[in-house]
Amino acid sequence: MSNNETLTQLWEVFIRPSNGLAHKHAGSIHSADSEMAVQAARDVYTRRGEGTSLWVVPSSAIVASDPRDKEELFDPADDKIYRHPSFYNIPDEVGHM
Amino acid sequence: MYSQGLIGADDSTHEDEEFLARFQARIDAEEKIEPNDAMPQGYRKTLVRQIAQHAHSEIVGMLPEGNWVTRAPTLKRKAALIAKIQDEGGHGLYLYSAVETLGVSREQVTQELLSGKAKYSSIFNYPAITWADIGAIGWLVDGAAIMNQIPLCRCSYGPYARAMVRVCKEESFHQRQGYEILMMLCAGSDEQKAMAQDALNRWWWPSLMMFGPHDSESTHGSQSEKWKIKRISNDDLRRKFVTATVPQAEFLGLEVPDPELKWNEKTESYDIGPIDWDEFWSVVKGNGVMNKERLEARNKAWDEGAWVREAANAFALKSQEREQLEAAQ
Amino acid sequence: MAKANDDLFEYLIRLGDDHLILGHRLSQWCGHAPTLEEDLALSNIALDMIGQARSLYTYAGEVEGKGRSEDDLAFLRKEHEYHNLMLVERANNDFAHTIIRQLFFSVYAELLWEILSTSGDEKLSQIAAKARKEASYHVRHSAQWTIRLGDGTQESAARIADAVKTMAPNIQEMFDDDAVLQRLVQTGVIGDVAVLKAAWHISIAEIFSTAKIDTDLLETVAIGGARPGRHTESMGHILAELQYMQRTYPGCQW
Repeated sequence: MSNNETLTQLWEVFIRPSNGLAHKHAGSIHSADSEMAVQAARDVYTRRGEGTSLWVVPSSAIVASDPRDKEELFDPADDKIYRHPSFYNIPDEVGHM
Repeated sequence: MYSQGLIGADDSTHEDEEFLARFQARIDAEEKIEPNDAMPQGYRKTLVRQIAQHAHSEIVGMLPEGNWVTRAPTLKRKAALIAKIQDEGGHGLYLYSAVETLGVSREQVTQELLSGKAKYSSIFNYPAITWADIGAIGWLVDGAAIMNQIPLCRCSYGPYARAMVRVCKEESFHQRQGYEILMMLCAGSDEQKAMAQDALNRWWWPSLMMFGPHDSESTHGSQSEKWKIKRISNDDLRRKFVTATVPQAEFLGLEVPDPELKWNEKTESYDIGPIDWDEFWSVVKGNGVMNKERLEARNKAWDEGAWVREAANAFALKSQEREQLEAAQ
Repeated sequence: MAKANDDLFEYLIRLGDDHLILGHRLSQWCGHAPTLEEDLALSNIALDMIGQARSLYTYAGEVEGKGRSEDDLAFLRKEHEYHNLMLVERANNDFAHTIIRQLFFSVYAELLWEILSTSGDEKLSQIAAKARKEASYHVRHSAQWTIRLGDGTQESAARIADAVKTMAPNIQEMFDDDAVLQRLVQTGVIGDVAVLKAAWHISIAEIFSTAKIDTDLLETVAIGGARPGRHTESMGHILAELQYMQRTYPGCQW
């Protein structure tokens, strides 16, 4: 490999296993463009009938939360128990609610 | 894992005690480490080296079997073999993706393979000379690999563990197709059976070497185990493999080429004769029958593919420019 | 009736041989492709080719009625008994040659399977319906690469032009007519294959236009096809590998 070889773009692959389900992250592939990325994703990740639909997204387009912000982002939700149905007492006689 | 217990890994870390203790506490609590999490340099380096070595092994591992694709004896066997080799390419790809989550590009680690700096499993430096070797590779080499890979599905690094789950799921047919090939040979003519025995004779010991040096000799086992990258020791895995495999050989009516092989009532596993570690290290250092050819084949594929990759990148750039131009008009 | 079966057998063998030999060529890339992604893609196409060959040979064996299996037909014939297109024997050479060979064949195959999917022969129409979907993907794959190589770098454009020149003499053989085909058309086993040639050229011209490849490169003197059992020098070498096990250990089960 020559040292000036351009790095081929990295893509994240999402697969919908069957209609009715959401696309789920399956892995990554390399491709110079989006059309070939879809084909590569098909050839690499759906060889055993894993999917009915594919998304490919340039990895660089993903904006991630910073793990150092984990506490300020996610801990405040821990004590909001009134958001969960079990917080409310409804007599059994009322039936399923 | 095709990775032979990390030859020459550097586990050193320079972070302060408190950071390391906090990290270790997460590992001990069975928390998975994800790409953006803070991690000791040694942990990152160990992973990059191990996962890359594992990926290289999958890629180089395509070559001995590829040698038989055009000569497979039936169309059914040919299709199964292509599908298996293709899976190995896929596994290499998943693993390179896991390396990339650690900030090292596939191109970088590929360069280390091509230059001969990075290691890959030495088993692939042995030649596949008869059709029975394709059976033996599936049965023994993939069998040993699966033994190594199952615990890696619980490895502390999330992307590696997830890649291994996919690999193990796909690999379940590999060992079976190899064993089935040998079953056919052993039920066939004397010549076919002799071919199977010869393959077992040549692949048995190299397969046992795949688990890496004895625990007493292994320099980096303990840190990897502490970090829960490696979860079962080389010798334990090897013992498990032998115990599972010997009855399978008996079922085939083949003889395991180890006169000292003996069932041990106390450990409920087989004791084996001495492994020829001189041979192991000699092959690791480049003196196997096929070392040179394997690297040459990888370099040739890479070099001859350069213009294709350049063309794909050039086309992508031109397309973007055309789109921008259209948008501007 | 015997004659009709002979014709159908011959036709199935031709198609089976096309797919077997092209699958063989593609399988030689296994582990050696320009990228890892492409290694998996080429293997997928090879597997489709071999799968189609298996269906065609199995059916050919039934039609013949002499108890020959897919493997008997794939591995145990002499060179002149293989009636594949010369095109599919052409060497892999570089990736450009492999892609152009695939494009030429797959555009032809997709059109042909489309016609055969309405065959009066039920079994053949079933094989065709399944194969057509696979061929459509092969067209897509090889067309996209043709466009990238044709409109990529100077080097890739030169290599693709060279590949077109190499394969062009073997275009006409895909559309050659003969007595076997005529009888099969008459009996409704195959539809109107006379339209294939024009449709093929329209598809290729469209792809070449996007790929910036000169369609004049297609104009050349045709080299007689292998349908009557004529081959390039490669064929003997292909068979030496393909048949190695079956010839060395006759009558064994694998």
